[in-house]
Amino acid sequence: MRGIWRENPVLIQMLGLCPALAVTNTVANALAMGIATFFVLLGSSFLVSVLKSWIPKEIRISAYILIIATFVTIVDMLLAAMVPDIHKALGAFIALIVVNCMILHRHEAFASKRPVGRALLDAVGVGAGFLIAMVMMGTFREILGNGSILGVSVLGPDFEPWIIMILPPGGFFTLGFILLGMSWWKGRRETSKSGVRRWPHGVAAPPPRRVA
Amino acid sequence: MSGPDLPVTQDTPSIRLIGTLAAAGALAGLLIVMVHVWAQPRIQEHQARVLREAIQEVLASPAHTTALYLVDGALTDQLPAGADSLALERVFLGFDDSNRPVGVAIIGAKPGFQDVIRLIFGYDPASGQVLGMKILESKETPGLGDKIEKDSAFVAEFDGIDTPLLGVKPGAGRGRIGEVDMITGATISARTVIAIINDRVEAMAPLLEAYAGRVAARDRGN
Repeated sequence: MRGIWRENPVLIQMLGLCPALAVTNTVANALAMGIATFFVLLGSSFLVSVLKSWIPKEIRISAYILIIATFVTIVDMLLAAMVPDIHKALGAFIALIVVNCMILHRHEAFASKRPVGRALLDAVGVGAGFLIAMVMMGTFREILGNGSILGVSVLGPDFEPWIIMILPPGGFFTLGFILLGMSWWKGRRETSKSGVRRWPHGVAAPPPRRVA
Repeated sequence: MSGPDLPVTQDTPSIRLIGTLAAAGALAGLLIVMVHVWAQPRIQEHQARVLREAIQEVLASPAHTTALYLVDGALTDQLPAGADSLALERVFLGFDDSNRPVGVAIIGAKPGFQDVIRLIFGYDPASGQVLGMKILESKETPGLGDKIEKDSAFVAEFDGIDTPLLGVKPGAGRGRIGEVDMITGATISARTVIAIINDRVEAMAPLLEAYAGRVAARDRGN
């Protein structure tokens, strides 16, 4: 469950950044991609854990990719049949879930070494963490880039949208701002605990200068 | 000189590796086919609904429509025996309440700025006018290139305009026939829309004329 926040795959481990940067231009797209990835991670973690004793170690990566690709194809068809507009908006990024390093990382590091129950719990935690990070980025970008959340205007008709926030550079800016905010918050929390002022990454800050 | 002793590992026999991957592939294929059988009719139904709505829009709500199929370089309203209607190139002939043709809906596609732009437009072969245009698929840049479908002024440019179309800078038109005001910041996308329509009209106009001639001859024969 640490994957939800303390080991968040996107914001802490920096995994799965391709979809996080590319399809978070609206909350709806971010939500759909997050749910699709969650489903793929959950289904493939279950199968990897169930089949781990039958898969020889020499071909384990090939087998994991095959399992992931199967679930991605299923998700692709389900989205096209059930929510075609969102399927159209996500475009090629659904197929790219196959090469999302976050999923392969969880299979190699966890699901292939643990019983089914724990593998499923891990997938739920990491998948939820990915979904939370995607929705955070999507909300930030849609508000500034379109003045709305889920298509509902929140900044009024006079707001001039910051188009760059829904273009690819906006993804990098958003991730940078969120990481900066998290680092600042972490530094403040450590300062309040220890009484020592710290810069990001735990470096002790020099004491404030005395002015004569 | 000898190196350090490495642990001896027992390799898995090749036949087992191949067998495991083959079994996994077969299982994956089975799962995918099962979902495909469920999803495909729904996907096709959605695509057909989108197309029906688009035809209604670009031909200004005709009373009914008929599909014409491109077979052996000619348009025909008879689907050849055993042919898949979705695999053939199609145009859609619209009729009013008096059963008079009101125009033809034609689909076209070309690469735009980011990806292929696919659109449908209404065309009146008698007057040579475009009756309306609707984008079916586009991944053009949000806020810029996507104005080809979201900018109502640009879309309205195609309502009753003579062909061939000619893209001009906004406000720089000289009153020539077929002038379309482009979109600032989305020149490539707007130019692609115009190129698609011009190319499709050039390709389809003689085929539609030949089809109309054959229908007229058939009616005289009756």
